[in-house]
Amino acid sequence: MDQPEQLLDVSIWREQNGEGHFERFQVPRRENQTILDIVAWVQHHADPTLSYRFACRVGMCGSCAMMVNGAPRWTCRTHVQKVVKDNRLEIAPLRNLPVIKDLAVDMDPFFDKWVAADAVFQPSKTRHDPMARIAPDDAMRITASEGIECINCAVCYAACDVVASNPEYLGPAALNRAWTLVNDCRDSGQDKRLHAVAQNGGCHNCHAQQGCAQYCPNELNPTASISGLKRATAKSFFGRSE
Amino acid sequence: MIRPHRTHPLWFAFILHRLSGAALALFLPVHFYMLSMAITDPKALDGFLQFTDLLIVKCAEFGLVFLLAVHIFGGLRLMALEFLPWNPRQKTLAATSVALAFFISTSFFLQAV
Amino acid sequence: MLNLRLYMAQRLTALIMVPLVLGHLGVMIYAVQGGLSVAEILARTQGSLAWFLFYGTFVAAVAVHAAIGLRVIVFEVLGVKGMVLDLFAWAVFVILLGLGARAVWSVTFAGSFL
Repeated sequence: MDQPEQLLDVSIWREQNGEGHFERFQVPRRENQTILDIVAWVQHHADPTLSYRFACRVGMCGSCAMMVNGAPRWTCRTHVQKVVKDNRLEIAPLRNLPVIKDLAVDMDPFFDKWVAADAVFQPSKTRHDPMARIAPDDAMRITASEGIECINCAVCYAACDVVASNPEYLGPAALNRAWTLVNDCRDSGQDKRLHAVAQNGGCHNCHAQQGCAQYCPNELNPTASISGLKRATAKSFFGRSE
Repeated sequence: MIRPHRTHPLWFAFILHRLSGAALALFLPVHFYMLSMAITDPKALDGFLQFTDLLIVKCAEFGLVFLLAVHIFGGLRLMALEFLPWNPRQKTLAATSVALAFFISTSFFLQAV
Repeated sequence: MLNLRLYMAQRLTALIMVPLVLGHLGVMIYAVQGGLSVAEILARTQGSLAWFLFYGTFVAAVAVHAAIGLRVIVFEVLGVKGMVLDLFAWAVFVILLGLGARAVWSVTFAGSFL
C-alpha cells in the first residue's frame, strides 16, 4: 500500500455492573463506512468483549440505535463522513435507558411505558363479525397512518429532554402510538386510553422541543401526535367525549 | 456548551420560553413591591422612578419588555400548536415570535429614551 | 409533572392573560414617554374601577400561571417532588397574589381612604 492507512480516533462507552468509562480505539477509515462498521471492526479486531446490538444493518429494524457524537442515531444508517469531527468519534449507548453492558441498553422501561400509555389495540369486534370498512381518504385514518411507521427503536426516547428530567414521563413513542389508536375507529378502549395519557407522566408534560421529530429516522412527528392527545384530553376535561 | 442533541431551533425556542418565564416570575415580586410604595413611601418611589431615567436602566427595561413579549408570543405559538390543527411551520412561527418581540421592545425603547 | 387539571389551569390563565399582557405592553409603551412619576401613575389609576379590574385579574391569573410554571421547572431541573413541590407551588402562588393584590390596591383605591 502506498498511502498510510488513515486511522479514526474513536471513543466507545464501556460499562459493566454499573461502572462505565470511555475507551479509545484507533480504527482504520474506509470509504462508505458506517458507525456500525466501526463498532463491528472494534469487536472483530480490537476487543472481542465489546457488546452491542444490531440485526438487519440496512435501516429497517432500529436495533442498532446509539448515541453518536451526542445525538441518537441508527448506526447502520450513519455514515462516518457525515458525523466525524476532527477525525474523532464518540459512540455511547442510547440515553435515558439503563445500560446492560457497553452499548446495549435495557429496553424494558421503554416497552413498559408503551403498555402504561395504553398504546395497545383493544378490539371491538370478533372474527365472526364482518371486516371493518375504512376508506383510505378517511380523515382519522390518514391521521393514524401518519404515525404508524414507528418501529420502537427508542431514538426519540433518547432524544427527549423531558424523558431525561421526568422518570414518569411516558415518552414520545408510547404517546405517538396511543394517538394512532385514538384515531383508529375499530378500537374500543378510547376512554381508558385518554385517561392513561392524562396521568402524571402523560402527554401534558411535553414541552414541544421536538427533539423527537428532529431525530426520528422514519420522519415521524411524535410532538404533533402528542398535541393531538392534548386536544383530545382537553375536550374530555370540558365534559365532551370523542 | 450546549449538548449536541439540543442544537436545533425548536429547542432554543423552548429554553427561551422557559428562561423568560422564570426571569419574569422572579422579577414580579420586586415589581409589585415597588408599586406598593406609591402608598407606603411615594417620595422614595419617585426617587427610584427618576433613577430609571438612566440609559442603562432603560436598556434593562428593554430586556424586560423583550422577555415578556417573547414569552407571550412563544406561548401563543405553543397554544396554537396544542389546540389548533398541527402547523408544520413551527420553526418559522418560532422565529416570528422572536422578531415580533424585538419589534415591541424596540418600540418601547425608542419611546423611553 | 403536570396532570390534566394543572395543565388546563395554566393554559386557561394564559388565555385570560393574552389581552391583559398586550394591553400592559401598550400601556408601558405609551406611559414611558417623558419619564415616569408617582403623580402621573396615580392620576390615571387612582379611584379607577377599570384599572382595578384589569390589573386585579392580571395579578390573580399570573399568580396561578407562574406558580405552575415554576413548579414544573423546579421538578424537572432540581428533582423536587411530592409534598415539598406542592408547598413550593402554593408559596409562589400566595406570595405573588399577596404582593400583587397589595400593589393593585395601592395604586387604585388605597389612597381614597386617607
